[in-house]
Amino acid sequence: MPIEASQFLADVARAAGALGDGHHVLNACADRYHFAVGLGASLLSGKVSLLPATRTAEVMRQLQAFAPDVVCLTDEADCDIALPRVRLPAAALPPASGREPAAKLAPIPQIDPAAHAAWVFTSGSTGAPVPHRKSFGRLIDCVREEARRLSLLDGRAHTIIATVPAQHMYGFESSVLAPLATGNAFCAERPFYPADIRSVLAAVPAPRVLISTPIHLRALLGSGLELPEVALTVSSTAPLAGSLAAEVEERLRTTLLEIYGSTETGEIATRRPTRETEWRLWPGVRLEPRGSETWAAGGHIEEPTRMWDVLEPAGGDRFLLHGRLADLVNIAGKRSSLAYLNHQLNAIPGVEDGAFFHAGASPGASRAAATHEPRVGACVVAPGLSAAQILAALRERIDPVFLPRPLLLVASLPRTPAGKLPQEALRALAASVS
Amino acid sequence: MSDKVSPLRQPSGAPGITALSRELAGLIVEALNLEVAPGDIDPEASLYGEGLGLDSIDILEIALVVSKQYGVQLRADSEENVRIFGSLRQLAEYVTAHRTK
Repeated sequence: MPIEASQFLADVARAAGALGDGHHVLNACADRYHFAVGLGASLLSGKVSLLPATRTAEVMRQLQAFAPDVVCLTDEADCDIALPRVRLPAAALPPASGREPAAKLAPIPQIDPAAHAAWVFTSGSTGAPVPHRKSFGRLIDCVREEARRLSLLDGRAHTIIATVPAQHMYGFESSVLAPLATGNAFCAERPFYPADIRSVLAAVPAPRVLISTPIHLRALLGSGLELPEVALTVSSTAPLAGSLAAEVEERLRTTLLEIYGSTETGEIATRRPTRETEWRLWPGVRLEPRGSETWAAGGHIEEPTRMWDVLEPAGGDRFLLHGRLADLVNIAGKRSSLAYLNHQLNAIPGVEDGAFFHAGASPGASRAAATHEPRVGACVVAPGLSAAQILAALRERIDPVFLPRPLLLVASLPRTPAGKLPQEALRALAASVS
Repeated sequence: MSDKVSPLRQPSGAPGITALSRELAGLIVEALNLEVAPGDIDPEASLYGEGLGLDSIDILEIALVVSKQYGVQLRADSEENVRIFGSLRQLAEYVTAHRTK
């Protein structure tokens, strides 16, 4: 049942009245339409949306310290997030079937481009999430360019289906802001299993645009299901293996684009992996070498930002991506760092020493080339604790995808005389005791 | 509460379920590269969270294995979905009821 713009604006106006007096909203709505209503309501009432990368108990405590007036906007009756909760009003929820469309289209609200729309967070390295400011105008500038790259402005009415959550920067931009800013439609559902993706694709009119990740696309192809034609498929969060890219294009009768970006910068480049190896930057965005580091700046980017991947400029607006930096951890589109994970591990009472390590491929290897999603492992010195107790404590602090696999209890860590802890030595220790 | 100790109850279910649970345990350990022996997975323990500690990437991986091996397509919108990953035994029961190969 399509929802018209008039209905959306009416729902936004109703929801805006329910958000209270605070200035910060953790928009936890799982349904993408509900999320968009919450976002619209927050923008209309001058509130800032908080988009943390994860919702562990520890991060919720930190969010509340960061913004004491934060409320959690939820569309679930049994939401267990430990913040003051606001239920999206039932009147602002779409009906299961049929509802009279609003009589006429209310004037479309004008949002100041300078308005502070959101804080997004990265995990940082010392334990506290690092906030990054997003202004409405720059977010919209960014997704307008995305829409150009994705051919969403060709006059046809596209429907966007996404397997990623609206709260993740990539999902926020591609599945919520881009359609809202360009008059295209998006699907409220977030299909997970291949059979769910197929049925959602089949339920919406063409041309369809599928916003996804290598993990979901690999599962979708592996399912062996017959799939409807998809005009455009977009993958982000991790490099897509070349063979998978070609298979996606063939099986979905689609054009596959990859998007490169980060939480701090938003989306900054695309490429079509079956045709080109180089990425093309957004207009105005540039990469700057600073010593051994690469920084991105210009265009819609709020502040010059250090990039956590190995990027090689290839002339003009082109670059090559050679994998992640050694400290970066990127699993299923969630980013952390070994330094952050180590900090969380060593903050557990009873842990005397402990270190995470990359449990699989070397830092430069293409993640998607591996059969399994790469994981992190950890070696821990904690004489009074069991592995299960350590895991339970970590579960409070870090996203489940970063829980160590394996987690090994050891007598001491293999530090060099200089006190360094080489990744290779940790992997060797893990291999010797498991 | 009774002060009598109740006798240990054998888990219910047909022998086929037990065999399939064991087979699934082997497939899951192999697919996810887990550091446990298939025989050590408690067929009654939750696969999510505190039990085997699987996350959503793992669940997608298991869905793939189950579709290839048994022709069962898992769906998030079925009410059974919450139960399916409640334990290895429940997954085995679901596969038994829906397998096409």
